[in-house]
Amino acid sequence: MAGLLASLACGIIGALVVVKRISLVSGGISHAAFGGVGLGYLLDFDPLLGALFFALASSLGMGLMRGRTKVSEDSAIGILWVTGMSLGVLFIGLRAGYTPDLFSYLFGSILTVSRLDLAIMFILDMVILLVVFTFYKELLALSFDEEFATVRGVPTRYVYLTLLSMVALTVVVLIRIVGVVLVIAMLTIPATIAWQFSHKLLRIMFGSTVLSVVFTTSGLWLSYVFNSASGATIVLVSVAAFILSSTLKSLR
Amino acid sequence: MSDEVIKLENVWVRYGNLTVLEDVNLTVFRGDFLGIIGPNGGGKTTLLKVILGLIKPSRGRVTVLGGSPESKRGLIGYVPQITQFDRNFPASVLDVVLMGRLGRGKLFKRYDEQDKRLALEMLKAMEMAEFKDKPIGELSGGQLQRVLVARALASEPEILLLDEPTASIDEPTKTELYELLKKLNEKVTIVLVSHDIGVISTYVDKIACLNKKLFYHGSKEVTTKTLEETYQCPVELIAHGVPHRVLRKHEEE
Repeated sequence: MAGLLASLACGIIGALVVVKRISLVSGGISHAAFGGVGLGYLLDFDPLLGALFFALASSLGMGLMRGRTKVSEDSAIGILWVTGMSLGVLFIGLRAGYTPDLFSYLFGSILTVSRLDLAIMFILDMVILLVVFTFYKELLALSFDEEFATVRGVPTRYVYLTLLSMVALTVVVLIRIVGVVLVIAMLTIPATIAWQFSHKLLRIMFGSTVLSVVFTTSGLWLSYVFNSASGATIVLVSVAAFILSSTLKSLR
Repeated sequence: MSDEVIKLENVWVRYGNLTVLEDVNLTVFRGDFLGIIGPNGGGKTTLLKVILGLIKPSRGRVTVLGGSPESKRGLIGYVPQITQFDRNFPASVLDVVLMGRLGRGKLFKRYDEQDKRLALEMLKAMEMAEFKDKPIGELSGGQLQRVLVARALASEPEILLLDEPTASIDEPTKTELYELLKKLNEKVTIVLVSHDIGVISTYVDKIACLNKKLFYHGSKEVTTKTLEETYQCPVELIAHGVPHRVLRKHEEE
C-alpha cells in the first residue's frame, strides 16, 4: 500500500524533476529532511512530520534565495545537504538514552510503516495531484523555457517555489520506502526510463508512476526472498531496469 | 511620444568589475525593423534582456511602450537563442506555441478555443501547421526557429525581439525567415540581434552596432569606422544588397 502511494508521488514529481533537471536540488532537500527527523525524535513528535517541516523549509529557502545571493546554487545545495544530515544526527544524539533505528529513516523500512504514516502519504499525494494538474501548463513552460514564461508574465518565482515544495512533499512520502539517502534514486530513475520511451510529459508521468510501482513491488518481494534491506533492493531493481532499457534502446 | 516604443537612457549593466553595457542610449520607433550587430560577448543578449525586464540595469532608465518592461509583459514577443533548449524535451510543437498564450490571467484556467486558434494561426503563418503534433526533438534547426517565432507571435505582441534567429540555419532557410519577418514588420516593430552582418543588411531598415557601447545613427548607414570600432579590428566586409562593397583599407593608402 505504501509502495503504491509513494509511486504516485514520485512518478509525477520525478518526471518534472528529471525534465527540468533539478535532481541535485531534490537531493539537497531530501538530505535536509533528515534534520527534521532528528528534531522529531528530540522533541517527541512524529519524525515524518519533522521531515515534512524541514523539507518544506529547505525548498522555500532554495526557491527564495535563487538569483538573489552571490552564493551559487550548487554550493547552496551542498551546504543544505550536509547541514540537514548533521543536524539530524546531532538532534538524535542529544536525546538522552534510547537511540532509535536510524537505519529506517536513512535507508527505508517499508514494512514498519504506521497507519499515521499512510494517512500522511495519502494526503500529500492528493495535494501533489491537485497542484500539478492545476498548474500543469505553467510547470511545463517553466521546465522548457523559464525565461520566456517570465516574459509572458507568469509568476515564475512562485511556480518554481511550488515545484520545489512538491518535491519536498514527495521526499517525505518516499522517506519510509527508500530512506533519505536513496530518495533521489526513486525521483530520477523511473522518470528517466520513461523519458527514453516517450515524448509527452503526461505519458512520462504515467509511465514513471507505473514503473515505480513495479520496482517497489518487485524490490520488496526480492528483499523478502533474500532477506535484504528493502529500500536498497528496490533501488537496485530500478538501476537494473535502467541498464536494461538503455541497452535495449541503443540496440534499436 | 507614443511613437517611441522602446527607449533606453544612459543604461549601464555591470557585474562587479565587469561592464557589459556602457552608457547605452537607444530609441526604437513603432514600425522599425532594427538590426543590432556586434561581436559575441558584446552585450547583445544582455541588451535584449534589459528591454524585456529580465535584467535590471545598474544605472539608467528603460521605457517600453511608455511604461516599465515588467508592466508591458504580454505586449513584447521574445524569440531567444535556439541553442539553449533541450532538444529532447517532451513537448509537441503545439505545446510550445501555446506557451505564448500564458500569462498572469491564465493561471487557473485551461487554454481555451481562442488560445488554440491563435496558436494554429501563427503556426500557419510560419508554415509549420502540419507539424503541430510533432515532438520538438524531431525538428530541424530552421523548423524549431520558426516554432519559436510562432510562440512569440501567439501573444499578438506589438514588439518582437529576436536573439540570433539565424544561428543554426542554412542560407536558403535564413532568407525564408527574413522574408517572413519583413512581412510581419508591417504590423509589428522588430528588433533583431545577430552577428551575421551580411544578410540582415538587406532586410532591416536600421542598423546599430553594439560592443558594450552602442553606435547608432538612426539609419542603415554603417561606416567602416563604426564597424571597426565595434569589432575592434580592421574589417573586410562584402555584403549582399549593400550598395557598395566596403573593403579594408590597404596599407599603401
